Amino acid sequence: MNGAQMLLAAPEFWVLVMACVVMVVDLFLREERRGIIHMLAMLTVIFAAIITLRGGYLSGDSQFALAFSDHFIRDRMGDVLKVFSFITMALIFTYSKFYLRNFKMFRADFFTLSLFALLGVMLLISANSMLMIYLGLELISLSVYALVAFDRASTRGSEAAMKYFVLGSMASGMLLYGMSMVYGATGSLLLPEIAEAIRTQGSDDILLIFGLVFVVVGIAFKFGVVPFHMWIPDVYEGAPPAVTLFISSVPKLAAFAMAYRFLSSGLGDLHVHWQSMLASLAVLSIILGNLAAIMQTNIKRMLAYSTISHMGFVMLGLLPGSAFGFGSSMYYVIVYGLMSVAAFGMVILLSENGVEAENLDDFKGLNQRHPFYAAIMGLVMFSMAGVPPMVGFFAKLMVLKAVVETGMVWLAVTAVVFAVIGAYYYLRVVKYMYFDEPETESTISAPVDFGAALTLNGMMILGLGIFSSSLITICMTSFGA
Amino acid sequence: MNGTMNGFLLSILIWLPILGAVAVMFAGAHRPAMAKGMALVISAATFLFSLPLFFSFNTSTAAMQFVELRPWIETFNVRYHLGVDGFSAPLILLTAFFGVLVVIAGWRSIQKNVHQYMASFLVMEGLMVGVFSALDGLLFYIFFEAMLIPMFLVIGVWGGPRRVYATIKFFLYTFLGSVFMLIGLIYLYIQSGNWDILAWHQMPLGLSVQKWLFIGFLAAFAVKIPMFPVHTWLPDAHVEAPTGGSVILAAIMLKIGGYGFIRFSLPITPDASAALDWLVIALSLIAVVYIGFVALAQQDMKKLIAYSSISHMGFVTLGLFVAFSIYRNTGGVSGAALGVEGAMMQMISHGFISGALFLTVGVLYDRVHSRMIKDYGGVANTMPWFAMFAVFFLMANSGLPGTSGFVGEFMVILSAFQANFWFAFLAAMTLILGAAYSLWLAKRVIFGAVVNREVQNLQDINAREALILGVLAVAILFFGLWPQPLVDMMQASVDNLLQHIIQSKVI
Repeated sequence: MNGAQMLLAAPEFWVLVMACVVMVVDLFLREERRGIIHMLAMLTVIFAAIITLRGGYLSGDSQFALAFSDHFIRDRMGDVLKVFSFITMALIFTYSKFYLRNFKMFRADFFTLSLFALLGVMLLISANSMLMIYLGLELISLSVYALVAFDRASTRGSEAAMKYFVLGSMASGMLLYGMSMVYGATGSLLLPEIAEAIRTQGSDDILLIFGLVFVVVGIAFKFGVVPFHMWIPDVYEGAPPAVTLFISSVPKLAAFAMAYRFLSSGLGDLHVHWQSMLASLAVLSIILGNLAAIMQTNIKRMLAYSTISHMGFVMLGLLPGSAFGFGSSMYYVIVYGLMSVAAFGMVILLSENGVEAENLDDFKGLNQRHPFYAAIMGLVMFSMAGVPPMVGFFAKLMVLKAVVETGMVWLAVTAVVFAVIGAYYYLRVVKYMYFDEPETESTISAPVDFGAALTLNGMMILGLGIFSSSLITICMTSFGA
Repeated sequence: MNGTMNGFLLSILIWLPILGAVAVMFAGAHRPAMAKGMALVISAATFLFSLPLFFSFNTSTAAMQFVELRPWIETFNVRYHLGVDGFSAPLILLTAFFGVLVVIAGWRSIQKNVHQYMASFLVMEGLMVGVFSALDGLLFYIFFEAMLIPMFLVIGVWGGPRRVYATIKFFLYTFLGSVFMLIGLIYLYIQSGNWDILAWHQMPLGLSVQKWLFIGFLAAFAVKIPMFPVHTWLPDAHVEAPTGGSVILAAIMLKIGGYGFIRFSLPITPDASAALDWLVIALSLIAVVYIGFVALAQQDMKKLIAYSSISHMGFVTLGLFVAFSIYRNTGGVSGAALGVEGAMMQMISHGFISGALFLTVGVLYDRVHSRMIKDYGGVANTMPWFAMFAVFFLMANSGLPGTSGFVGEFMVILSAFQANFWFAFLAAMTLILGAAYSLWLAKRVIFGAVVNREVQNLQDINAREALILGVLAVAILFFGLWPQPLVDMMQASVDNLLQHIIQSKVI
């Protein structure tokens, strides 16, 4: 272990140190000065982004480097995902500050736990061995279990956390079981060595295939695709929106990285096997997610089912196993994170007087009450529905191209047909906002930073669509496509 | 107008209204008069900028003009590629023309969220110009889909009682149709490595692939134009939309379906078009005859005009697809040119006539707040000037010689004769059916005795309304008596298209 290797993990160390600093500083703060905690957390992610960018992997100056006995990998894909995690995290902190203050839950634990979860995300993104994957995964999960139950008074929150914990532990167990089989079959924890071993000994080892099945279950649970989606609606609904913001965005980026590292870098030679597994997971998610979302009246549950269908699309991009496919999946997952935080940001905005905006009805007549925020929510909904020129369309386009290229046109047709069915529930939100009269007279007010973040977020959804070239290029070149 | 200007004229026509709409949104909030004034200036400026498309248009070539080409999404080879030929230039002119009219038409009748209304129409105008001028497949699709958003809002916010049902139906129908086209476009991109529509025209494709692509395109454009049996969204959307929405829907949006057949289906999949022309012709004839009867039975004026639109659009698809039968019968395409030109004439003329009819109904609706035929009768007694215009437009709708409505239908029928007598016979039914539903409507609404107090108290049209209707009446008469400028504009492109589609692309 030398200094250069430590330096590779500088962003991770920075976030780790700051998470601890936040925890300690809080002990010495008086109630009215708690705002400092939020500023520290923002500082953490902003500096983490700067440190990451200075590594030069994103600009393409450096290719990749290994550290910590090759368990840790620093490469372009990882850095892109991390930078977008930081950007999303900054939005999340800004939105959640408003929520936590409104609901009198502004405590440092939220920021500490979030930063630890972010650290888990970063480790998972940079994992080059099964050990590191498990470490990152558990760091995210344990932090998030606690976050879901963050509102101690909420029975629904506790129930959701319990459910998440039980199911999450199951999934972790399955993943560990799968890893042990892969380890048994290949004799290594390091993903490149696993790939090497499979290449030399052939890919029709029954133990290996069994291991793969359990690994795919673990990945599917992390994404929340059908039939491992049961936790998503309950957790989204039960957790405070400030936490749902996080669950629905940043860990998905990590899940993508995990899928890519494990399935492509490690088990790439088992492509034929995992392709068919992912295909059925993707199709089921797109079908069930879209159909179930139509029946929801609770906006958080609706967005939960919408996540399921979006994650189905991400899976579709993984199917081909090609550079373009992975690039399109990565693009989708980044874009989805941005859309999702904007949507939950709106949910937070509409909460008033200590009552959460939970039902679609709460969006009624938003255009009369505040046309600008209505327009932003409109952008988000059309983007999620995949209507151009919003960025959500380009995400779907890339994935569809990857799928059609592989010759699986029927999959693409199924996906778009259900995307059209899904468009209905997004349109319904627009309907509530624009076509209905408001039920309440109260005006919408938000602090300046909240408004600015939401505006920026909305502009990203439109702007990354109209000027989609750069982000697409970044994602594609991460895989050399 | 100099040459450098022409280099980005089309961009001006797209972005001036869209950026103008953003300005209207901000400057016009809570200031309706300001919003209206700005919208009028912006749309009028757009119309003025569109005029070079007519005056500087080179009628001797089928090549793209006013071309603009720059990279957009380089990793994906998507380009910002614009250009017009004899098919798209007249449609863009029509769009810019109606852009001004709908602003004037909404002057009084829109009271709620005026700035959003005006901004929606400006955005829509820019996007529709984009659809007609895009030469890049993905760019076309983006304009084609993005256009749905402002229309969705226009119908949903300012529409009638069942507006929510109508607008969601409109959106989902069109969306469903177009995603199949999207898969087709992606397939073409994968095969060719670019999104260039003109390159796709030249690209060889196997027959079965062509058939699938053709069906993908048909799904999108048949819904848009609309063809039987996927037409059911149109009457709902028309009835519930505010007057301006109905006008844009009928005058421009339906034409995008016809334009799509000309730009995509025919040249990219000519062999599949030839093989499946019977399907399109059959559906067109059903539209002409069956929908004509349906129109006869309507109680609601807007619904009647909507069904009449579907019936008239049947002529467009018929005119485009009889070309293959004519080629098989005669071995030449001279007769087919008449059909394609007739289809184009019909699109332009129907734009004017249907737009005028919806504005006419709008004039009555603004006063009486009813679209039902039974609420009217004897309008001519209280609104003589209005009656004159209304009867003239209805006459034009039934294809009276001397109006533009006659030219297109006549050309298509003549062309259909060369393909098959029965095609022409069924198509000619419209001369009877169209006259029947149009003139019967005139009889019930305009003529007769005054039926109720509301009609008794009607005020005749004011100067603003007279201006709109007058301009449209002049246009209808002009193209009815002297269609030559329009024919000249498209001649070269029509010949080029027909020469292209009779050559097999099968590998």
